[in-house]
Amino acid sequence: MTRLMHGDVSVGDQLPELAHDVTTTTVVLGALASRDWRPMHHDRDFAINRNGTKDIFLNTPNQAAWFERYVTDWTGPTGRLGRMTFRMNTSTFPGDRMVFSATVTGTSVDEVGCGWVDLDVALMVGDVATTTCATRVALPLDVNDNPWARRGDAWLP
Amino acid sequence: MSTTDPTSRVPADDLPPVPAEVSAQIGVVQYEEEGGFPVEHGYIWTTCASVENGNPLFWDDGVAAELTDGPIAPPTMLSVWFRPHHWSPGRTEPAVPLQAHFDLKDDLDLPEAIISSNTNTFYEPVRIGDRVRSRQVLRSISDPKTTKLGRGRFWTIDVEYLNQDDRLLGVESYTAFGYRRPELEGTES
Repeated sequence: MTRLMHGDVSVGDQLPELAHDVTTTTVVLGALASRDWRPMHHDRDFAINRNGTKDIFLNTPNQAAWFERYVTDWTGPTGRLGRMTFRMNTSTFPGDRMVFSATVTGTSVDEVGCGWVDLDVALMVGDVATTTCATRVALPLDVNDNPWARRGDAWLP
Repeated sequence: MSTTDPTSRVPADDLPPVPAEVSAQIGVVQYEEEGGFPVEHGYIWTTCASVENGNPLFWDDGVAAELTDGPIAPPTMLSVWFRPHHWSPGRTEPAVPLQAHFDLKDDLDLPEAIISSNTNTFYEPVRIGDRVRSRQVLRSISDPKTTKLGRGRFWTIDVEYLNQDDRLLGVESYTAFGYRRPELEGTES
């Protein structure tokens, strides 16, 4: 797996897209992995007849895990997430094809010398951004830098 | 119950003021609780499998030793360690996450609510064996606002997660809008 460096990144860069076909298993596995037992994430009858949705749908914690995977596929293991802001617009269902995309919106080095990259990430289904996530991730400034080694006042996410 | 202007769906006397005992909760730690089990590797692998996350930090002990002084959990799993079991001995009521949010709905008499945004900030890595504690802090309540959903108030609640050494692991900050549907104004108390 690659180990992206802060200097490799520029504002406006586009991340490679990630596509995944959502199945019932995707939704149920994701819900149970995140210990979310609510029936709208595994019981189709409940989702349709009680929630009024067309099917069970991806829960928010598992969506967060998908966003994390997408970003760290790009950064490699030295990328350390600092902050994620989610906006949930609509739901993602079995049969949907999820496509993750992202654009670099900022790069900076903070006052304690940590290199940051800001991303606008979108989970698209067709033309609809079902969830967006503004992400702030730390990357090494050089081969001797490791964002994971930062503790206390040296980590300002 | 609000009185209504017959020419408008917005009540003439607006929402009642925020009760003093609710305002007094701003900045106060509530609902401090400990997770039901220590952080374990099995859930980490199951979560990574669910999203096909091959990050070697979570699969290769050598990489974890090199970068993070040993195995850690994916940061986005923060809330997983606190969610209650589906059932446990002696429980008579279902556990409700984000109880402070449901308290506000009741206390402000705003029957509907949505989470409009959610920010997760990650601090100390979560490690295998950690016992995660959470606590809820009401940060703010807005003046009355009107959105396309109805008339109500925004509020922000932070859920703070700490480990057994009181080190901050992360904060989930939820901004919600509690509201009354316009069509219900003046018809129900």
